Amino acid sequence: MSAGFHIVVCGSLVPDPLQTLEPIRGPQGPGLKNEMMLPAILDPWAGHALFEAANLAASGGKVWLLSMGPKAKLQQVMMSVAQKAPFELVVLDGPAGGFTDAHFTARALAEAIEGIAGLDRSRLLLFGGWQSASRGAGSTLQMVGERLGVLDQFQGVDEIRVQDDGAFVVKERVEGGGYLVSRCAGPPAVLGWATGNLPEPPNNPQLGMANMRLIMPALQRAEPVPAEPGGLSFASVELPKARRETRLVKDLPPAEVAADILAWIKS
Amino acid sequence: MEKVLFLAHNEEGGGLSRACLEALSAARDLAQGLGAELAVGLFGGEVSGAAEAIGGCGAACFLAAAGPVFASSRYASDAAACEALCRASGAGLVVAAADSRLSRVLPGVAQRLGGRIDTHLTGLWVKDGSPAAARWFYRQRMVAEFTRSERPWLMSVESGCFEAFDGPGAVEPEPVAVDLSEACKRTEVLGLETPSADEQTIRPDAELLFVAGAGWTKKQADGRTHVKEAEGLILDFLNRTKASLGSSKSLVDISGEGHEVISYLTHLHQVGQTGATPRHPKGLAACCHGEEPHVVGWRFIGERRAINLDAGCGWAQGKADVLYVADAFEVLARLNELLARA
Repeated sequence: MSAGFHIVVCGSLVPDPLQTLEPIRGPQGPGLKNEMMLPAILDPWAGHALFEAANLAASGGKVWLLSMGPKAKLQQVMMSVAQKAPFELVVLDGPAGGFTDAHFTARALAEAIEGIAGLDRSRLLLFGGWQSASRGAGSTLQMVGERLGVLDQFQGVDEIRVQDDGAFVVKERVEGGGYLVSRCAGPPAVLGWATGNLPEPPNNPQLGMANMRLIMPALQRAEPVPAEPGGLSFASVELPKARRETRLVKDLPPAEVAADILAWIKS
Repeated sequence: MEKVLFLAHNEEGGGLSRACLEALSAARDLAQGLGAELAVGLFGGEVSGAAEAIGGCGAACFLAAAGPVFASSRYASDAAACEALCRASGAGLVVAAADSRLSRVLPGVAQRLGGRIDTHLTGLWVKDGSPAAARWFYRQRMVAEFTRSERPWLMSVESGCFEAFDGPGAVEPEPVAVDLSEACKRTEVLGLETPSADEQTIRPDAELLFVAGAGWTKKQADGRTHVKEAEGLILDFLNRTKASLGSSKSLVDISGEGHEVISYLTHLHQVGQTGATPRHPKGLAACCHGEEPHVVGWRFIGERRAINLDAGCGWAQGKADVLYVADAFEVLARLNELLARA
């Protein structure tokens, strides 16, 4: 019964997690040193959301990937993302850094969704990551959902099971490794994905070629979304400085190591 | 004058979680620092027990949105309850715990109120007469201090950053009416799926976090893998110490690649860049070989020790207090023997 879903996946780019990041202060507020030069990837949680969306829409329906970020970097990232899943790209040429206010991002995303041609809001599933590897606030999707009037929202989702009547069962992460299981009557709904259950799809060059035919025009059409100075004011942004003095313990028999660890656990 | 609202939901047993009690301390400190009035807003199925648990917090008023319809954690009803409590209190500053239920609903409430929200705060104080906060960005890789001029300003605070409030007292919360339309009831909560006590390996309140790395599934000195043995050793250790289990991403990912896996590990155990950043007083890592992504997962661990065959391991050097250069299989087996005798 997923045939009718119109799935919009919100996801942007983040620095490759293996890169060393250094904060700097610029005229617009804090940012990252050499931010435009850093290799970027699609945010990992947004990636999970995209793969789940593609899986859900495989038997019908449609997937849009809505992404706000610097156009040039998005083009770079899309070269690889396009090979993973079929989607139509919607681009906002705006800031994607972690210090951008979620409220500003949510408004820009909601307005972009309202402008998607052919999107049936009564069949809308709004997907995204429940957090991001940049701001990591876990707040943008809910605000987008509210702006679109969507009252059924789920966060930390690892599973969606669509039922014959169009309803779906959702499993959300809660404390202590548990899941909250809910049944929603049907779309529209917001689902902020954790990791889901699907592995990352292998690269499919044919799919990439097909996607890129729509991605390039979408990138060219992208409207600039200038950052707005809100009431958020940063006093400082710093890297943690603490480096520990590591004591090496070697050439000890395992029994003595075990005894030392046990004494430490009990101390 | 500013007004601070502490917002919380009751637990199944009727009281408040430790995370909520810590958030109350943050709210009280903020209100005292600003010379502001403190209000308490509670929602849930039955909140009188929760109110009495914090009756001595000095709040000027206790508001409640209670009833069976609010007993389960459903976004639409939670949002309506929280919105009503915020509006009834008239507070410009709202402080709550960053637990799963509140983290899901608070951003939507901020949107409804025309306010702003900052989540996962690790610090909250008063600077130059205004509230200031700290939180981490880029997956705990840098920390920022900031403030906001917009109101209402909703804030959720991480657990483990404030002392839990302890001050019960008799109090009668004032009920707040909530307008809950039929559209808010399209979602039905079916229940919780929680691991049984024997299977429970994620224990947020544990003293010790044990982090297992991909080395447990690699070939050992005899040229063979010993995954089942590793599975037994780790589970035995966890059961005896009641430690919480974390895992490196590489170990969790193995399950998706068709290799032999440690059966009870899931993505929920993952710590680091795309996993959790748990808070425990102590952490013990074994067979982990990553550096920055894993260090991120250990950001909020107090004392850290690691067992590894590589003395130059980037995971441990400069990040762990003690690095044992030893075979983790042998050490854990001996450790379990000692624990059995203890």
